[in-house]
Amino acid sequence: MKPSVIVIHGLIIVAASLAARVYAEQPESLRGIENIDETSRITEMKHYQKDGVVITREYVQQPPLIPHKIDGYQITAKYNKCLTCHSWNNYKQSGATKISQTHFEDREKNVLANVSARRYFCVQCHVPQATAAPLVENTFKPIDAISGQQ
Amino acid sequence: MANKQCNQQKWLCRVWNRLKAPSPVWSLGGILLVGFVSGIIFWGGFNTAMEATNTEDFCISCHEMEENVYQEYKNTIHYSNRTGVRATCPDCHVPKEWTHKMIRKIKASNELYHKALGSIGTPEKFEAKRLQLAQNVWRSMKATDSRECRNCHDYDSMDFTAQGRRAVDLHSHGLEEGKTCIDCHKGIAHSMPDMRAIDPAIAPGNK
Repeated sequence: MKPSVIVIHGLIIVAASLAARVYAEQPESLRGIENIDETSRITEMKHYQKDGVVITREYVQQPPLIPHKIDGYQITAKYNKCLTCHSWNNYKQSGATKISQTHFEDREKNVLANVSARRYFCVQCHVPQATAAPLVENTFKPIDAISGQQ
Repeated sequence: MANKQCNQQKWLCRVWNRLKAPSPVWSLGGILLVGFVSGIIFWGGFNTAMEATNTEDFCISCHEMEENVYQEYKNTIHYSNRTGVRATCPDCHVPKEWTHKMIRKIKASNELYHKALGSIGTPEKFEAKRLQLAQNVWRSMKATDSRECRNCHDYDSMDFTAQGRRAVDLHSHGLEEGKTCIDCHKGIAHSMPDMRAIDPAIAPGNK
């Protein structure tokens, strides 16, 4: 191409990037538009739901939500606090839901003699609920077969 | 003098004479006063030293404690919580009643012995003994019906309307079964040891 065309294209690109820097959009977050150089609004601390009734599941494969606080509950390589109430040995006495038998399977569907290592760390899937309103409205509805849970 | 009236075999006579006139130099009042004041000094000093060994700072002056159980305790509710009401090492591990406290302090000589030996001086040695140490504490708490927990937590004053569902359930029924605090609240302050030997269901591994 002719050198002048290249120069003009280059100038347009430079001008556009300069304009973009000046009129750059503020980063947009779900909390609203915040200026980076200002102190952001403090959001309230979220409190976890205290001991309550079992939370109904919204879809069939949902890992059930934890209806109680789990502050300080240790899950280490040698000890799993959740299982002191939710294991098959202990669930009747504690009145808890027993851990599902699917948790005894490894990834090749072999059934093991104890909880499988891939299901051992409960909080990778199961979470307690906090008083946090959804940031984005949604119209999700459970399927009819499970939407009538009492 | 009265002493000359006793012959050597009559020890009671000599003791009595000594009591009647203890010293040719000091008066009875003087001896009593000095005895009284020095008694206060020594008894106060003894108790001050005893209470100095009853503080968290003293307990964590041993690195075995400061690097292991103290670090674990710092993540728990007894260290930092909503109200700021805390329990430190002696609140849970040393009885408050005087006789029980003295007995525990004498038993603590075993701890000094093992400190000298370095029985749990490295993290590996500590982990190897963690189950045994934990069971020692659990056993003594079970034997005393969790006496140290009850220093602060009074079961009869618990407001069940303020507790969660599980707490109400288990506090009312569990205690009827003869359970005590430590039966369910193990691990409230320090990391749990390897419990596989006791309950294989709460740890990983296929037996």
